[in-house]
Amino acid sequence: MSTSIKTLVKDGVWDNNVVLAQMIGLCPAAAVTTSGTNGLGMGLATTAVLVIANVLVALVRNIISPQVRIPVFVVLIASLVTVVDMLLNAWLHELYKVLGLFIALIVVNCAILGRVEAFASKNGVWPAFVDGLAMGLGFTIALTLIGLIREFLGSGTLFAQASQLLGASFAFLEIRVHENGGALLMILPPGAFAVLGFLLAGKRLLDTRGNTA
Amino acid sequence: MNADAYHAARIFAAPHAHGGGEIRRTMLRVQLALAPATLFGFWLYGWPAFFLWLLTLFFAQVFEVMSLRLTGNAGQVGFLGDGSALLTGWLLAMTLPPWSPWWIGALGAFIAIVVAKQVFGGLGQNVFNPAMAARVALLVSFPLQLTAWVVPLPLSGLDAPGFLDGLRITLGQIPVPDAMTSASLLGYAKTELSRGLGLAQALAAGHAPQLSWLGVRAGSMGESSALLILAGGIFLLATGVIRWQAPLGVLAGTLVPALIAHAVAPETCLDAASHLLSGALMLGAFFIATDYVTSPATGTGRLVFGLGVGLLTWIIRTLGGYPEGVAFAVLFMNALAPLIDRGIRPRILGRTRSGQPIRNAGK
Repeated sequence: MSTSIKTLVKDGVWDNNVVLAQMIGLCPAAAVTTSGTNGLGMGLATTAVLVIANVLVALVRNIISPQVRIPVFVVLIASLVTVVDMLLNAWLHELYKVLGLFIALIVVNCAILGRVEAFASKNGVWPAFVDGLAMGLGFTIALTLIGLIREFLGSGTLFAQASQLLGASFAFLEIRVHENGGALLMILPPGAFAVLGFLLAGKRLLDTRGNTA
Repeated sequence: MNADAYHAARIFAAPHAHGGGEIRRTMLRVQLALAPATLFGFWLYGWPAFFLWLLTLFFAQVFEVMSLRLTGNAGQVGFLGDGSALLTGWLLAMTLPPWSPWWIGALGAFIAIVVAKQVFGGLGQNVFNPAMAARVALLVSFPLQLTAWVVPLPLSGLDAPGFLDGLRITLGQIPVPDAMTSASLLGYAKTELSRGLGLAQALAAGHAPQLSWLGVRAGSMGESSALLILAGGIFLLATGVIRWQAPLGVLAGTLVPALIAHAVAPETCLDAASHLLSGALMLGAFFIATDYVTSPATGTGRLVFGLGVGLLTWIIRTLGGYPEGVAFAVLFMNALAPLIDRGIRPRILGRTRSGQPIRNAGK
């Protein structure tokens, strides 16, 4: 199976985007995206787990029997998530306090099990690595986008507390757009679904326009 | 339309005559029924109320036309459309604090028309009542602006804002003076109860429920004059635009628990008259719960629907965190309406209730 890198990346970021096309992993996509920084942090953590899980599964894909593959995948992913969880707790403690529970929940993020099952268990190490990266990138973009829109509408800021995630040199990202507070609803769960719905509609619109043009 | 469907169910064989009913005519009748209460509201709250009403209707229509253009359905209707968007905007304006800034009306119109109605497929496809969905979204998003009720001008003792000052209030350039703000009866009762005061003591200090009949009190245009809303509702009943099941259900659903609770615990539960005449209950009973699209299709279903709205309203008002619950109750029952329709089905023509064919029908 020879899939070019370009196809893989295009697939992961746009055509087959985890959130905007496959519509899996919606739990973190809705729950943590109250700000752009949270979305970015969650996306990056998930990407890290996804890449390593993909590579590991691609490595061991020929020695595990099909009957027990799901438990093996789950154990692998769970170990990885535990490692990421501890790393974040140690080095990005502020972000960890925000994302806290949801880091542990990366284990049950269907996006990861989905890619491992659908792609890494049938492909070599290198394509699996690229696929994990591309899918993770698409996931991160989607989450950051949702987070930014909700943050902008809900609290009038962009990338609040970004310096805690990326270091003090990224403090310039933190923008306060308006002082009016904003619509509380966008920060609450319904806001996530509304924004996600409009993004899905927007992507479909772009796709259909592209096809007919 | 509703009445037509009702009569159609009694017609046995084709050809059928068309009653001449039109969406536009139905919408116009409902608007006519709303007019007295609205005009009374303008008199009570002055120019800002009028501007807010006008803006909300305008934006509702603009968003409707925009959505129809985007979805390629603009050809179906002219610029004024079938009037359904204007009615939605009108109902929304009736539930807003009359002196809200303009963007409340504009945003509310966007949520009602685009998010709650057109996204679901336009007129006839929406699951939730657009006006109530917008009202709840606004209330959750902007609790401060949505609870800034003003004292009716005839009572305030202050000068009514003139045309230009009224415009400035609606545009948000002048803040509403504190001397003019006041809690609505339900909000007042909720606050006093949470402070540990008994109702008898709290209500003695002001807020006589009797004022509700006349409607000279703080509130939205749709709640201030229960009497005029009731008159509009009776007009709708008389002209066959709505049927009696849903309004009766709503009123009974609130009245019965209110009577019982007030008899048991008069210090913590408001009396039945206050419940019936306060908040959006009358508006909800006659104008919101009777929405053709979002209520069940059968008469019995509508009765169940109405009872649910009424009961939930009473529960939210008495036990919930918000002083008023009609909008929440309506949305909740909207979600249950398909389920009610599944459970309560009309008898199939030519069959018994159990679905057996009727024999000896010719005898």
